Amino acid sequence: MLDNVIYAWPELVQALIETFYMLILTIPIAVAIGTPLGTILFLTRPDSFLKWPKFYLILNGVVNLVRSFPFLILMIAIIPFTRLLVGTALGSTAATIPMIINAIPYFARFIEQILLDVNRGVVDAAESMGANKLQIVWKVLYTEARSGIANAITIVTVSFLSYSTVAGLVGGGGIGDFAIRYGYYRYQTDVMFVTIIIMVLFVQAFQFTGNFIVRKLDKRL
Amino acid sequence: MITLQNISKTFDTAGGPLHAVSYASLHIQQGDIYGLIGFSGAGKSTLLRTINLLERPDEGSVIVEGQDLTKLSVRELRKKRLSIGMIFQHFNLLNNLNVYDNVSFPLEIAKVSKAERKQRIENCLEMVGLLDKAKAFPAKLSGGQKQRVAIARALANNPKILLCDEPTSSVDPQTTGSILAALQEINRKLGITIVIVTHEMNVINAICNKVAVMEQGQIVEKFDLREKNIVPQSNIAQFLFKNEIVLAGEREVQYA
Ligand SMILES: Nc1ncnc2c1ncn2[C@@H]1O[C@H](COP(=O)(O)OP(=O)(O)OP(=O)(O)O)[C@@H](O)[C@H]1O
Ligand SMILES: [Mg+2]
Repeated sequence: MLDNVIYAWPELVQALIETFYMLILTIPIAVAIGTPLGTILFLTRPDSFLKWPKFYLILNGVVNLVRSFPFLILMIAIIPFTRLLVGTALGSTAATIPMIINAIPYFARFIEQILLDVNRGVVDAAESMGANKLQIVWKVLYTEARSGIANAITIVTVSFLSYSTVAGLVGGGGIGDFAIRYGYYRYQTDVMFVTIIIMVLFVQAFQFTGNFIVRKLDKRL
Repeated sequence: MITLQNISKTFDTAGGPLHAVSYASLHIQQGDIYGLIGFSGAGKSTLLRTINLLERPDEGSVIVEGQDLTKLSVRELRKKRLSIGMIFQHFNLLNNLNVYDNVSFPLEIAKVSKAERKQRIENCLEMVGLLDKAKAFPAKLSGGQKQRVAIARALANNPKILLCDEPTSSVDPQTTGSILAALQEINRKLGITIVIVTHEMNVINAICNKVAVMEQGQIVEKFDLREKNIVPQSNIAQFLFKNEIVLAGEREVQYA
């Protein structure tokens, strides 16, 4: 029985590397673009700092639109766009394009919500001290929101570990692709079992690390 | 020092326009500890917040040290705010920064050099007796300590005016005493003009030299508390000056 696992092991390792490659591209880009996007959503909300109601309406609509695509459908629908960007719709790099497109608005919503939870009184205090909007965002909102942001990164990472498996369906490689080949076509339950254990361990490790960082950053209690 | 002329502020609410402040005028002199008292919803906070234009009045002018703040550009206003400190009922400290960094915040805004910041932060913390707590985070402090950190923070840029919105309303009576003592010391030693909003007559009696009584967005009466015979005319002022705790049922009789 172990024979199957030993036989598949190199491919499993390869699949894991591909999965991590997808995550390492997706998460930082989603954070780098999603954070300012979420901040702009927060700032342009109807009763917030910047009075740009039309801008908010449009941005909010776009974010909702992208978020309403089921991931598999988004992936298929943007194949031409993916080809344009990376030259092919196959492989792990190509798979990250829909992942990034899906992750940006997802993360932006998290940021918007986290910033909404920051105590308005602290913003008042900063304003009374003569802070400008940039200083309020940078020194007040992000300082107070930092543990929430770390938490959001953890959640998005775990979610996209899961989304990355869908990429396996359309030639994206990674752990999903591996599962289809060994678990679905060859029906090797033992290999599936080992795969699941490994994934569970990874998710636990992400969550544990994430929670640890959140606790370190959060001085509110 | 501060002159408010015919200040009005109306909020648009779900239930229609709400006149939070109507034609309020006030003159506050250099060195005053000026109290603003009234019941909940009277418009005290709104009026106080017009002094540094956190709330921009719909009508009227806010004159601070001869300058009409409503006429300043955004940039000039931000600069002006450096000389007007403010403290709040719920302290409004940055929870993720320690005491030292909280006091450093307004100095960073004012672009004070690092070496000078250290000096000023230590001075301010010493003044409120919290130098030993410099490394502590707000969550580890008592309410009174948090308010004193907020006072230190408000003083960091050497303001001439300190605005206080119910600074003692979320602490126990004993702590109230320590906060009021700190405010009085600031007023005496540094000559800082203080405006203090409260709904407790005790606070007024303890440190104010003047008081304005507000009701439904209007200033109904003003008193100079150094005068010998104070004869309140309005019902609300009579009620406040009686300074007794009366049960709600009786109050209607008293205050009809
Ligand atoms: N930003 C706002 N939007 C809408 N209504 C407001 C706003 N700020 C204050 N109000 C309303 O204006 C009125 C006066 O409020 P204000 O906070 O000035 O009263 P206050 O005298 O400070 O009362 P309290 O003792 O409860 O703090 C209240 O009815 C309040 O609900
Ligand atoms: Mg108030």
